[in-house]
Parts: sequence; C-alpha cells; structure tokens
Amino acid sequence: MTSSPARAARNARRFVAPSVLPGFGLTFGYTLFYLGLIVLFPLAMLIWRASDLGASGFMRIMTEPRVTAALQTTFTLSFYAAVIDLVFGLIVAWVLTRYSFPFRRVIDAFVDLPFALPTAVAGISLAALYAPIGWFGAPLAEMGIKIAYTRWGILVALVFIGLPFVVRTVQPIISELEIELEEASATLGASRFQTIFNVLLPPLLPALLTGFALAFARAIGEYGSVIFIAGNIAYVSEIAPLLIVIKLEQYDFAGATGIAAIMLAISFAALLAINLIQAWSRRRFGHV
Amino acid sequence: MSDAVFTSPPAARSRRRPRAVTEDAPSARYALIAIAVIFLLLFLFAPLAIVFSEAFAKGVATFAEVFHEPDAIAAIKLTLAVAAISVPANLLFGLAAAWAIAKFSFPGKSLLITLIDLPFSVSPVVAGLVFVLVFGAQGVFGSWIKAHHLQVIFAIPGIVLATIFVTFPFVARELIPLMQEQGTVEEEAALTLGASGLQTFWTVTLPNIKWGLLYGVLLCNARAMGEFGAVSVVSGHIRGLTNTIPLQVEILYNEYNSVAAFALAVVLAGLALVTLGIKTFLEWRHADQLAARGGRRH
Repeated sequence: MTSSPARAARNARRFVAPSVLPGFGLTFGYTLFYLGLIVLFPLAMLIWRASDLGASGFMRIMTEPRVTAALQTTFTLSFYAAVIDLVFGLIVAWVLTRYSFPFRRVIDAFVDLPFALPTAVAGISLAALYAPIGWFGAPLAEMGIKIAYTRWGILVALVFIGLPFVVRTVQPIISELEIELEEASATLGASRFQTIFNVLLPPLLPALLTGFALAFARAIGEYGSVIFIAGNIAYVSEIAPLLIVIKLEQYDFAGATGIAAIMLAISFAALLAINLIQAWSRRRFGHV
Repeated sequence: MSDAVFTSPPAARSRRRPRAVTEDAPSARYALIAIAVIFLLLFLFAPLAIVFSEAFAKGVATFAEVFHEPDAIAAIKLTLAVAAISVPANLLFGLAAAWAIAKFSFPGKSLLITLIDLPFSVSPVVAGLVFVLVFGAQGVFGSWIKAHHLQVIFAIPGIVLATIFVTFPFVARELIPLMQEQGTVEEEAALTLGASGLQTFWTVTLPNIKWGLLYGVLLCNARAMGEFGAVSVVSGHIRGLTNTIPLQVEILYNEYNSVAAFALAVVLAGLALVTLGIKTFLEWRHADQLAARGGRRH
C-alpha cells in the first residue's frame, strides 16, 4: 500500500487517458494512499481478525442468545422504522414539492435536522421527551403507553434519524415528474386516484426503494440516538452496535469483531442493493 | 362544476376557479399538509425544542455556570482541536480526489467513488472498533506502539482517526460531481495561455468550486464536532482529557445532571442550526455552483 503513490505516478502515463492537465500522479496517488490508510486498511484488519475466528468460532458468537436477540432487535426495528419513514417521507416530500403553504421553505430546510443534529443530542432529547415525566411521555403514560426505555423508544429514535433519507431521495424525482403525463392520464378518463397509483407512483418507485434502503442501512448502524432512549435491557431492547461496545468493555475482542463483521457485511449488501436499484432505475426510467 | 363557474360573477370565479386535473382536491391537500406538518412537529421540532427548554429549565445563571466547569471547557477545547485537524485533512483529500477523478479519465473510476463513499455505510461503532483492532493493546500494531511509548487508543490520536474516518467522504462527494459537471475546458485554456498547474488551480478551478467546497466543509465540520459513536469507542472517556462535547453530554446525562447535559447539548444544537442555515442559504443563493442535488446521503 505504501508504494502505491510512486507506482501510480510511474504508471500514470499508460493508465490514464492523455490530458494537458498536470497533477494526476500526485493527486491520484495521494487519494489511494489516504483512502488506503484511513478506510481500506482498518476495514481489512477487521475482516482479517474476523476470519481468524474461523467458521466454528464465528458460529459460536452468532448463536449466542444475547447476540441473536440484539441482531433481531436491530433488524426488526430498523425495518419498521424504514417503513414508517417511507410512508411519511413520501407524504412530506410530496407536500413540500407540490403544495405551497406558509413556512414551506423553513420546514423544507428543517427536514435535514437529523443529519445536522449530533446523535447524542438527539438521543438525550428524545429520551427526555418520551420519559414518563416528559412532554409526550406523561400524557402517554396516563393512557398506559410506555415509549422510553422500551423497544418503542428505539423505533422512535430510528424513525427520527431515517426520515431525511427518504425525503431527500424522493423530493428531486417528484419535482421532475412531467405534469403532461398526469394531464394525459386525466384526459383519458382516469380518476385522480388511478393517476396517482398508475402514473405518479411507478417512476417514484426506485427513489422510494433507495430512500428505504438508505434509512434501513443507517438505522442498523445507529448508536448515539438510540442508547439513551432504549433502556438497553439485554434480550429486550439491546441493539447490536451497543452489544459491540459492551463486548469491547469486557475485553471480548473476538465477540465484538464477530458482530462487527456481520454488520459490515450487511452494510456492503445494502450498498450493493442501492447500486442495483439505481442501475435498474437508469435503464427503466432514465433517472436515478 | 364548470357550469357553476361560468354563471357565477367574476369575483366568485377568482375565488373558486376550477381545479386543474393535476391538482389534488383541497380536502386531500389540507389533510396531507396537516399530516406532514404534525409529523415533523412531533418528530423533528419537539426534540430540538426540548434541548433548549431543558437547558434553561433552572434559569440562565445555572445554564451559564455549566461553561465554567473545567471538564466542560476541556471538552469544548478538545472538540475544536479534533475538528481543526480532521476537517483540513479531509479537505485536502477531497481536493486531491476530486482533481484526479473529475479532471482525468481512467478505468475503475466508479469503484473508486464507491470506496470513497464507504465510510457512510459503516456503523460509527464499527468505525471506532476497526481502530481499536489496529492500534489497541490487542491490536495489530499494539506491541509496536507500546514499545515506542505511544498511545493512540484512549487518547487524542485515536479520536482524530475515528473522526477522520466518519467524515471522510463529505468534501470529496460534494466536489467530484461538481467538478465533473464543469469539465476541463477552462483549465486547458489557462494552461495553453501559459499558466502553471498551481496557478491554474488557484485562479481557475478554486473560484469555480468555492461554494461547493464551503458546503462540503460545513457538513464535514458539523459531523466532526458532533460525532458520538465512533469517538465513544476509541476515547476511553477520561474526564478533562479525552471527552469531546458529545461524550461529556453522555456522562453528565448519565449522572442525572440534566441541566448541564442539555446546556452542552445547546452548543451542539446551535452548531446544527447554524449549519442548516448556511446550507439552506448556499442551496438557495448558489444552487448553480453546487453539485446537482438528489439522493444526498450523510
């Protein structure tokens, strides 16, 4: 890895298409070097350490009841959260693009809040809101509903951090929808409902799937906003990233590495799925 | 419907114009707006509002006192220092990567872009863990680091590395599409007229990408100062030494010192609001000088 900048510079003339612009060797070499140093080498070490566990060691970690429970909690709740984000994200994106109403611009800017607000801040504020004495927690507690320190709390946090992914993926596609198609559909006698389901939604499908996959992938890895509201009860409301931290604190490096390797594999799968959706979308609809 | 419109007087007509076939019924429209606004109020606005409400729950004096605590001051200083190292590091990388990828053509480009985006897909906790596996006592370089009396994990270098990892793609992913859109014609003209490579970069390329660059740096900085998961794994939570603001928030919150936790959280929430404000301004005022929007992930 360390020799790659020099090698890249030497090969630059043959490797890269001829150009009068200078600096390819230097910038390309530095890009590979820095990428390798910060991202690829550390991730390769994780994969290497995980492969050290062997198939049996890996299976032992994966069949540990506490690990299966944590993985199941993470996946199930991330899926539900992404579904909720999909429904409300579509409504929010539609309303922000198609209708005009007071404070639309402010509300539009506000959608990015979960991207900008540090996860620890989101975590403590959600916990304070839904705690039994909180703004939302108190009235809910009177109705006998408990959100904070249960699995519902995890769901609330995951919905929060995933929402902008759906809105920001779907919004540009809604604004590109051709109004002529809707007019044609209406002129041909379709009801508004038919137009929405047969004309408007199909081209939005790839963006919706991409937004769903992004929200789901983010929810699986999420840590900061969840741990404060989750209550973190083993087997009940303990998420997989938290279990990695717990195993590290117990110096169980093998256990932490095993769970991390599974999560990394899922990240790659999600990334692949998103790329496939986008490739399919380009072929089918001519846009991403 | 149309009959009614034609027979009604002009004033009434302007109030009740016929609905276009591409418009939703007013009832549907108001219902959808109400659903969206209520959902955003409950799920986005309330969490932000309670940060300020809790921080000032015991008055401004108690709030201000929090910032005289040595641990809080140390956390703020550390956060600024970490951002001051990691943001320029990723800025330099972003410029280099965007120059190589956008201005030249070579095989494997899309793979390289995917790899640059990779840190966004990795859980923050896993990002912290990989550096423990490399530099920790049990890590690959653990014995070497110990022999040289260095410390990376549970020290500032580990925090910086973890922060650089999670903020890695921000500048590059903003600049690459922007510089690809701009092409190489202007740079080629400058070079033909006798400018050196660096002159071309400073006087032609940089002015073209300055708003995109600012946009990327802004988002990179917000994440660098607010990162929690990755930093939490490598920091060791040593008070006054390796606690960044988000970690200090966690400690104070877990000690039931709600006012202090939310007071420090106000600093981060303020940073988030300023970031959103400048971001919105750039998207509104300089949209043509930012990379085309659509499917931003960060």
